[in-house]
Amino acid sequence: MTVPADLRYSSSHEWLRLDGDIATVGITAHAQEALTDVVFVELPAPGSNVDAGDPTAVVESVKAASDIYAPVAGEVIDLNLEVETDPSLVNSDPYGNGWLFKLRVRNPAEVGELLDATAYRALIS
Amino acid sequence: MPVQYTSILDEHRAVRTKAGIFDISHMGQFFVSGPGCAAWLNRLLTNNVEHLAPGHGQYTLMLNDQGGIIDDLIVYRSGEADFFLVVNASMVEEDFFWMAAHQDPDIVLRNESALWAGMAVQGPQASALFAATCPDLPLPPPKGYATTAAGAIVSRTGYTGEDGFEWFCPAAAGPAAWNQFIAAGATPCGLGARDTLRLEMCYPLNGNDLSPAHSPIEAGLGFFVDLDKPAFIGRDTLVRHKTAGTTVKLSAIQYTGTGAPPRAHYPVLADDGTVLGELSSGVLSPTLMTGIGMAYLPTRFSKLGTPLQIKVRERLFPATVVKKPFYKPQ
Repeated sequence: MTVPADLRYSSSHEWLRLDGDIATVGITAHAQEALTDVVFVELPAPGSNVDAGDPTAVVESVKAASDIYAPVAGEVIDLNLEVETDPSLVNSDPYGNGWLFKLRVRNPAEVGELLDATAYRALIS
Repeated sequence: MPVQYTSILDEHRAVRTKAGIFDISHMGQFFVSGPGCAAWLNRLLTNNVEHLAPGHGQYTLMLNDQGGIIDDLIVYRSGEADFFLVVNASMVEEDFFWMAAHQDPDIVLRNESALWAGMAVQGPQASALFAATCPDLPLPPPKGYATTAAGAIVSRTGYTGEDGFEWFCPAAAGPAAWNQFIAAGATPCGLGARDTLRLEMCYPLNGNDLSPAHSPIEAGLGFFVDLDKPAFIGRDTLVRHKTAGTTVKLSAIQYTGTGAPPRAHYPVLADDGTVLGELSSGVLSPTLMTGIGMAYLPTRFSKLGTPLQIKVRERLFPATVVKKPFYKPQ
């Protein structure tokens, strides 16, 4: 199972990539495999402010709807509209074109509290 | 049976285009015999077992005294005074208790649910797969069944709308039969695909679409009710529903565009926002790639083309009442 070394992870299976104070968020390869065929993605309202752990997006397979939580607090500044039209990107490229939303991180220190790749790999093994 | 073995979409498509196999060992098997048992079953069930020749089965319903649905099942006739019933897993005890409570002294009623394994092989290639696996046994005609030399029962029935068969055998023989059908090319399929396949056909699921709160007439299953045979349990309500009409009707609802997958219990609204009820079943149809579902709607909202909205979390998705079924197999 792919767990890129340069990302941070939540125990609820979101990944986060930090670039300055902008965090890109998606779900892990492990999460998409557990969900199987993603058929619908509901993204947050742009400009909304979220706290760490807030349900921020919804990813649905035929089987079930799953809440996606903000790994850290911040303001939603960008959405991946491509996954709305092609939800299968979440399955085929979870760490790339299947990203979900971007946050302007309120407190960068929160990012350090997330799991690193080693800890996340231990969590799912 | 797991929800899925690999992916609901893949398993669904395997059944629609090739052949899939479902483990239905959880379903219940009752055996009924004794003089007068045909007349007795006719008092307990809505369809007419006297229309069955030995070797044939029919879809039927068992009702409570108010005409509400206890269970839907298939009854097979094996002889003049011999029948077997395949009932829903969740209803085995309740069905058996109900039947035993109405038992006539001459009737022998046996619950053999724990003794039988069952599997359903479904799809356009199912009959070829059967011929390859059981070359000495002709596949029975639709709704018919046959018994193998080893004591398995094979019926030309299913819950997907595709051609296929159901295979019931003593539990110990189940794994070998399962492996044989897989080796012949059947894709293992789980509960998830079973649900999407049956809902595309508008086949009801007891507990979701059928309940003691609704009659077969409200559920649109009048075809499986014989009001001309001697009196049966629940008949009075059905006569009233048939003559005076019903206030609600189980309706097929389809999204007009794309949207979040509809699911059971999501609210169904009129186009002016009035809440009309909730979905009894709902899925994203893997064949149509849009949302489909069923709901008991007030009769005036159940006409084909009636505009509706399905509420998913805080969003509303436009939908309309459509003709059953959602999909007709090729």
